[in-house]
Parts: sequence; C-alpha cells; structure tokens
Amino acid sequence: MTTIAATPGEVHADAEEHHDHVPPFFQRWFMSTNHKDIGTLYLIFAVVAGIIGGAISGLMRMELAEPGIQYLQGWASMMQGSAATEDQGLHLWNVLITAHGLIMVFFMVMPAMIGGFGNWFVPIMIGAPDMAFPRMNNISFWLLVPAFILLLGSTFVPGGTGLGAGTGWTVYAPLSTSGSQGPAVDMAILSLHLAGASSILGAINFITTIFNMRAPGMTINKMPLFVWSVLVTAFLLLLALPVLAAAITMLLTDRNFQTAFFDAAGGGDPVLYQHLFWFFGHPEVYIMILPGFGMVSHIIATFSKKPVFGYLGMAYAMVAIGVVGFIVWAHHMFTVGLSVNLKMYFTAATMVIAVPTGIKIFSWIATMWGGSLSFKTPMVWAIGFIFMFTVGGVTGVVLANGGIDDAMHDTYYVVAHFHYVLSLGAVFSMFAGFYYWFPKMSGRMYNELLGQLHFWIFFIGVNVLFFPMHFLGVQGMPRRYADYPEQFAYWNEIASYGYAIMGIGMLVFFANIGYSLFAGRRAEGNYWGEGATTLEWTLSSPPPFHQFETLPQIK
Amino acid sequence: MTEAAGTSQIQSRNTRVGLIAAAIGLAMLALGYAAVPLYEIFCRVTGYGGTTQVADAAQAETVQVASSTMSVRFDSNVSSALPWDFKPETVTDKVSIGARDMAIYIAKNRSDQPITGTATFNVTPVSAGKYFNKVQCFCFTEQTLKPGQTARMPVLYYVDPAILEDPDTQGIKEITLSYTFYPVDPDKKGS
Repeated sequence: MTTIAATPGEVHADAEEHHDHVPPFFQRWFMSTNHKDIGTLYLIFAVVAGIIGGAISGLMRMELAEPGIQYLQGWASMMQGSAATEDQGLHLWNVLITAHGLIMVFFMVMPAMIGGFGNWFVPIMIGAPDMAFPRMNNISFWLLVPAFILLLGSTFVPGGTGLGAGTGWTVYAPLSTSGSQGPAVDMAILSLHLAGASSILGAINFITTIFNMRAPGMTINKMPLFVWSVLVTAFLLLLALPVLAAAITMLLTDRNFQTAFFDAAGGGDPVLYQHLFWFFGHPEVYIMILPGFGMVSHIIATFSKKPVFGYLGMAYAMVAIGVVGFIVWAHHMFTVGLSVNLKMYFTAATMVIAVPTGIKIFSWIATMWGGSLSFKTPMVWAIGFIFMFTVGGVTGVVLANGGIDDAMHDTYYVVAHFHYVLSLGAVFSMFAGFYYWFPKMSGRMYNELLGQLHFWIFFIGVNVLFFPMHFLGVQGMPRRYADYPEQFAYWNEIASYGYAIMGIGMLVFFANIGYSLFAGRRAEGNYWGEGATTLEWTLSSPPPFHQFETLPQIK
Repeated sequence: MTEAAGTSQIQSRNTRVGLIAAAIGLAMLALGYAAVPLYEIFCRVTGYGGTTQVADAAQAETVQVASSTMSVRFDSNVSSALPWDFKPETVTDKVSIGARDMAIYIAKNRSDQPITGTATFNVTPVSAGKYFNKVQCFCFTEQTLKPGQTARMPVLYYVDPAILEDPDTQGIKEITLSYTFYPVDPDKKGS
C-alpha cells in the first residue's frame, strides 16, 4: 500500500482551528448527516441485530442438541397464546432458520461492514470531509430500521402453517407463494425491499464519494485497500440488489396480484426464481466478505510494520472476485436439472475464483513474512480470519464440483462451509476491524486481556460448533430440519456445546465494550505506531466532528 | 478558483456520478424483469429443460426418415385443482426416427360444469428436447371440456434424425413425453 505522507501536524492544525460544533442530541443522532455518527448508528444497529440473530441460533442449537422435538411446540404455543400443533412447532423451526439467515445477512454483516466501518473510514481514508450525499446517507440508515421492524413483526402474524415467514432466507417459490398464505411472507418481502433500497442508496453514495471526493494526490491506485474493497462491494450491491428487488417483486405480485411468474399452472417457472435469486445471492456472499478482506489487509500490514505485499495484486484480485462472482450463480442450484455442459462450466468458473482468493491469502502471509509482528487483539483476529476463511475456501472448492454437490447439496457440509467463510470469516474480520478501530471511534482503548480472551474462547467455540457439521454433512444429515435420526446425535450434541462456548466468548466481548467505554485508557491519535499509515491515524481519537476542512495533500 | 465555486463544481460532479450510478441500478432492475421473456426464449430455442420444438407441416415433410427407431413413452399428470381424468391412449410407442407419428391423449371432465385447462409439457431425457418436434398439439391452445365430456386430444410429432449425430443424445433409446394439465384461472395472466 502506498504510504500516505500527510504528517499529523499538517492535517490537525486546520481541523482544530474551527469550532467543532456538535448539534444537540436529537438532531445529532436522529437527523444525522455526519458520516461518523451514521457509521456509529449502523454499528449499534448491527450489534443489536447480531444479538437477536445470535439468540435465534441459540434456540436452534438448543432444539438440535438431541434427537426428537424438545421445545418447538412449546415455543410455538407461547408465541400464539394457544396450544400449537406439531406442524405449527415445525413451522416455527422454519421461521427460526429464515429469521437467523435474513437477520445475519441483511441486518448484521452488511450494516456493520459497509454501513458501519465503510461510513466511518472510507471518507477519512480518502481525505474527504464527509460522504458525497450526507442526507441520502441518513435515509440509507433509517430505511434499515423499519425494514428490521417489518421482519421481526412478521414473526407475529400468520404465515401459512403457523405464525411467521418460514421460507428460508432464499424465499424460493412455490413455498413462498402458494405455500405460505397470510401476511407474514409479504412483510418479510417488503422488509427485503426496504433493506435493499437502503443498500442501493448506500452503494450509490460510496461510488460517488470514492470517485469524486478523494484528496488531491490520492489516485485510484493509491487508495487504501479498505477503500478499494468498499468500492468493489458498492458495485456488486448496485448490480446485484436490483435483480433481487425484481425477483421478490415478482413473488409479491404472484402472491397478491394473480401474476404467474413462478407458477407452472400459468406458464411460469419456479426455477427462474432460483436463477434470479442466485444471480443476486452469489455476489451477495462477496458483498459480505470483501470489506473484511480490506480491513484484514490494513491490520496485517499494521501489525507486521510493513506495507501490504503486492498492493496492486490485492486491489485487482478483489475486482476479479467481484467480476467472476457474477457468472457462477448456478453452482447454488446444481440439482435443478442443469445439463452436463452447464454443470461443467459452472464448476470451472467457480473454481477460478480460488485464484484471486489465493493471491490474497498468499499476499497476507507474504506481508507477515519477515515483518516485525506483534500479536495484539486485532492481529490475532485477522490471523484467525485467514485460517478460518481458508478452511471454508477449501470446502468451497470441494462443493464447487457439480458431481460432488449432487451428494452434498443441502446437507450440513454446505452449512459448515458457509459458516466457515461467513460466521468465522466475515465475523472474525469484523471483530478484527472492531478492535483495530474501536479506540479511534470511541477515543478509549479496549482492554487487551479481555480482547485476547474473547478471541480464544470464541475461536474454540465456533470451531467446536461448526467443524462437526462437516462430519454430519458427509454422513448425509440434511439441513433445515428440526429433527434427525439417532446416528447424528453425537456430533450435534458437540456442536451445541460449541455454541455455549461461543456465547461465553460474546459475554467477554460485551464486558470489554462496557469496560472500555467507561474506564478505558484515553487513546492518542495513532495508537498503533509506525505500522499504521492511512489517513485516519493522522487525526485525533475520536476524530473531530468535521475533519479535513482543508484537504490533505497526498504525495 | 474560489472555494464556493469549487464546492458547487464538486456538487455537480457528485450529482452526475450519483445519477449514473442510479441509472445502472435501474437498468439492472429492468434486466431482472427482462430475464423473464429471455429465459423463456432461451428454453424454447435451446430445448433447455426438455422444452420441445415446434415444426410446421411443410418442414416435417422434408425430414429424412432414418433406419433406426426410438421408443416413446407418454406420461400424463393432472393438477389437483382440476377435476379431470387425463390418460394417454397407449403408454408406449415405437417410431422410426424422422417419421411423423400421432399419439392420442384422452381427457374427461368429471365435474358438472365446463372447465378450461391448459397443459405444460416437456420431455426427458432433457437433452432430447431440442430434437423432439411437434407439428400439432393440444397443448398449443387452451382446451375447454363441457360437464362429463370426453375428448380425444392428438399430438403429431417426429424425432429429428439429427438426434443421432449429437454426442450428447446419440445414446438415447427412449424419450418420455410428459404433460401436466392445469386449470386456466381467468384472473391469472401468464408471464
């Protein structure tokens, strides 16, 4: 990465001469146009959504801890206030997996990565005073709140067999059309519309900001890698989300206005929905991981006290991943009856993605090679990310084979794979970024001991939780069921213990946030020292309310 | 350049880039909808998913009859929402590849009111769709049956001899032609 030679003094002098006028509470947090405040709102939102989505997975692990149906019927009765049938209990299971998936994807990972860290650090890293469209930024955030309320509210209205939308996060027709009567699925679809609109507006904002508002001297090929990653992500959002919007709008009209886009009786085809969904869905998984790539690059470089190895290769590998991500979608639907030739193409194209991904992993390791390493909390999370993401990547190459996928499709092997790249990959990178930038955002240092403790407990927990799922998948345990035969009992029990360990790790995390906010040591401007070279380290911690009123010069 | 002029210049540049990005988003939305007819055309042209081809009678005349034969099975299904009986007259047939053949399906309306139905269709193995030509079929139009009425519904088809040249299909010895009848909902418009 290019070293950015704006000395702290140059930038500071101007920023602090201005009165740092901070608006009153309501105006500041509810009508905010400040990218840092909106970023903070996004992060708080993501933490709240993460707690809810994580609690839901806790309910799922509780039910799956042993064979048979233990709790579902009771929970369903509790929710509807009358005795639930067995089917209504099982419907609740579908509602839980649907809610867990949608919340984690749309309301936890995306808001945290793009809305939170993106908003906070993209303008600062390119030397801009704010985002290009600050008011639109506000709309982006506040669209997310009603979207989340709609999704949570859908759990309490009829959705076919029982309360809530039980369609899976993919909302496949015909389960989501003729298979789910009642308003719950309509509410969930509208929730996706709002969340999608929020992300599209955010993407337009990031693209404009990054193209137009870079400080003098900050050429495209000098941009920090995190900015690159958000730029690629914004393009993926802009190209993929409208297709989802089209597909779910068709679902909505199929449900309510007698169209037959996905209804064979009217000449439609449910497989078309799957094509449209995955044309969005595959870029979506890169949307969730690319900003993490960017953050990890900065963290590895900072704690190796070396510029990142192969900057241009790193940047263009992300562009390549983004481009190839659009032409591999059908590997999610190998079992719908694709021809041998198509399966061959999608297998080969999918495996090609391993090349730019391999370049990135190689470059991170090469950055550490010969560096002056220090294993602070953000660094251990980043190394954990590389390790876990690589494991998930390897199982991904296995699943990319159309022939193997015929056997593995919809088994726990797939669940293990995507949790290794997302729940361990994306989430590890977010924790890495959080510890890296938390003192910059809050002005208070986190507690190093608690941070390390959080990492190790969480690391052990998620591996005990997700690694056995590989075994279950290879043995043929299908996903999306509340019950399973005796033969799968052993590893399911282990996985549920893993969840409990991970939960303890999260308690340490919240303890750390609480401790740091109230009793943390005050952080100076550049608390990481010489390895931290991007523009945010030239500012105070927290940065002034308005930064860079005179633009920094990048040499 | 004064600072105010610089600010307004950057604002107009921002507006331009923002509008271009919004236009890209709208174009992708339109593309999502365009996928519906494009997907249908794709299936029709390539025979994808076992979509059969339509040939006119003049075309059918010119087809060379090959010496080998193909076994054809006839399959019938009825949507649970349609109170009809629907069966092929004969379940299997052996035809010379390239020769036209007529198959008859028999449908009966079991209800006491007239009902209009329409049939969807494909063949398996799906790779044979490209070579399965229909000259005439009851599935091209909607069918109305009066209460209790029984109708004989013909399909005139031939198997294109090119099926013997294609490495993906030359091993095929048997093709299954399948129909599923659905009621026509007057409110529902096809995509």
